[in-house]
Amino acid sequence: MSLFGPLWLSAQLALITTIILVIIGAPVAWWLSQTSSRVKPVVQAVVAMPIVLPPTVLGFYLLILLGPHGAVGSWWVQMTGSALTFSFTGLVIASCIYSLPFAVQPMQNAFESLPKKYLERAWTLGASRLDAFFSIAVPLSVRGFVSGIVLSFAHTLGEFGVVLMVGGNIPGETRVVSIAIYDHVETLNYAAAHRMSLVLVAFAFVVLAAMFVINRRWSER
Amino acid sequence: MIHLRHRLPKGDFVLDVDVEVPDTGITGVFGESGSGKSTLLRCIAGLEGGSGLPVNKRNIGYVFQDPALFPHLTVRGNIAYGAQRATTRRIDSAPVVEMLGLGNLLDRRPNSLSGGEAQRVAIAAALLRSPDLVLMDEPLASLDRRRKDDLLPYFDRLHDELSVPVIYVSHDIEEISRLCDHLVLLEDGKVAASGNLFDVVSRVDVPVLSGRNAGVVLWANPVDQEDGLTKFDFGDGDIWAPGEFEVGGSPLRLRIAASDVSITRDRPTATTILNVLRATIEEVHAVDAATALVRLGIGNQSLLARVTNRSVRRLDLQPGERVFVQVKSVTVRH
Repeated sequence: MSLFGPLWLSAQLALITTIILVIIGAPVAWWLSQTSSRVKPVVQAVVAMPIVLPPTVLGFYLLILLGPHGAVGSWWVQMTGSALTFSFTGLVIASCIYSLPFAVQPMQNAFESLPKKYLERAWTLGASRLDAFFSIAVPLSVRGFVSGIVLSFAHTLGEFGVVLMVGGNIPGETRVVSIAIYDHVETLNYAAAHRMSLVLVAFAFVVLAAMFVINRRWSER
Repeated sequence: MIHLRHRLPKGDFVLDVDVEVPDTGITGVFGESGSGKSTLLRCIAGLEGGSGLPVNKRNIGYVFQDPALFPHLTVRGNIAYGAQRATTRRIDSAPVVEMLGLGNLLDRRPNSLSGGEAQRVAIAAALLRSPDLVLMDEPLASLDRRRKDDLLPYFDRLHDELSVPVIYVSHDIEEISRLCDHLVLLEDGKVAASGNLFDVVSRVDVPVLSGRNAGVVLWANPVDQEDGLTKFDFGDGDIWAPGEFEVGGSPLRLRIAASDVSITRDRPTATTILNVLRATIEEVHAVDAATALVRLGIGNQSLLARVTNRSVRRLDLQPGERVFVQVKSVTVRH
């Protein structure tokens, strides 16, 4: 059993999930930061739910939803001929939902702390709402984006319960690193479990340390 | 003319303005805090009210009290921001950069600028969007006295060189008297008076211009210089003011505060006051229980004097009478 197969699969999953989450999460975070709509608390609660729900509960419902008889899953089977459950694509969808709050909340915090005066000035200087978002709000919220990217990447890398429920344990398709480690421990192959775990520990440390160093540099600027 | 018509209820407060202002020069909007000056500007810009044309389609330049330069851009990037988004480019970058003295600052970051420098950059950015109308909301209010004095000459140049109409909001009558040609007085969200600056400031019946805000503005030519003083001819008389101004130079504005003018029946003989003028009482208006404003005509010009009602009674001051006025202090726009 190779050491890098599951690691590589996890890295791919985390990378794709993070890219999707930045693209989907940024507009959601922006809307939440600017709106005074009455449905805002509802949307906020839905976005935050994966933080408090047990992964098995989330995974259970996703399994039903994405399964060949579920609302999304049956449609997918019609469109593509293959099932979403126990596939890499299904894992990406599940991860996006599972990690959504970790992408949205840091970006939303950054957008909310952006002084309104910058946007108002940008509008008076001829920038449309969309233009001001990309030319002012995004560059001034880089820290929120970095936090959101790091957190959703790391969180996707570490997910276990949802993956087990939705993806199972198919080598090269859904056998991500956390599942592989669990397998190794089950079969009492502690040496292999150690090797993978140490890679993850080192990765988590390096990424978080790098993020804090970058944050400190910026706050000094 | 520019027709400003805005109505915006805000809780207890209602802004209700319907006034015409000239489409050239600087129009001052003056009022106490809470009179709705800033709200009026925000309505004109489309930042308030939420209806009508979007802000970015209105082609206005807005200079806020807080310069709020974009911290992630250099001075050059900040100045270019509006120019890049301008629909028509009528104003070139080079003369504006020169006029506002920004040549040496272009590669600096906003957080390394002083308050006055940052405000000059904000003005340049607003001008280079080639606006049809520039709105300025107390652009000097956040600066200390010295920085304000450093910045005012740039505003003088704006006034003299700019072809775009400006609406300039301030609660400082000195600033308004120095920079503006036209004046709109706001009181509790409504227009209390509007017209030529020289005419409006010489009115005695506008509450917001009584008290320490009362005073007139005269155009005058520097005609003589002596002992560190300059003699100004305002057409219907002369007045001496401290400072050395170029004799024969262009006319300057003099502001004479009503509290610096006193009235005597007889010509004062032994007095430290340099300027004693002959005048006719035109109007006496009681401001409150203790004080009154008196408008005094000198030829076609007017002065205001702030005196007590007791003095009005004691001297029995009546419209039409000839008196002497003593002018204690004059502010000259350099």
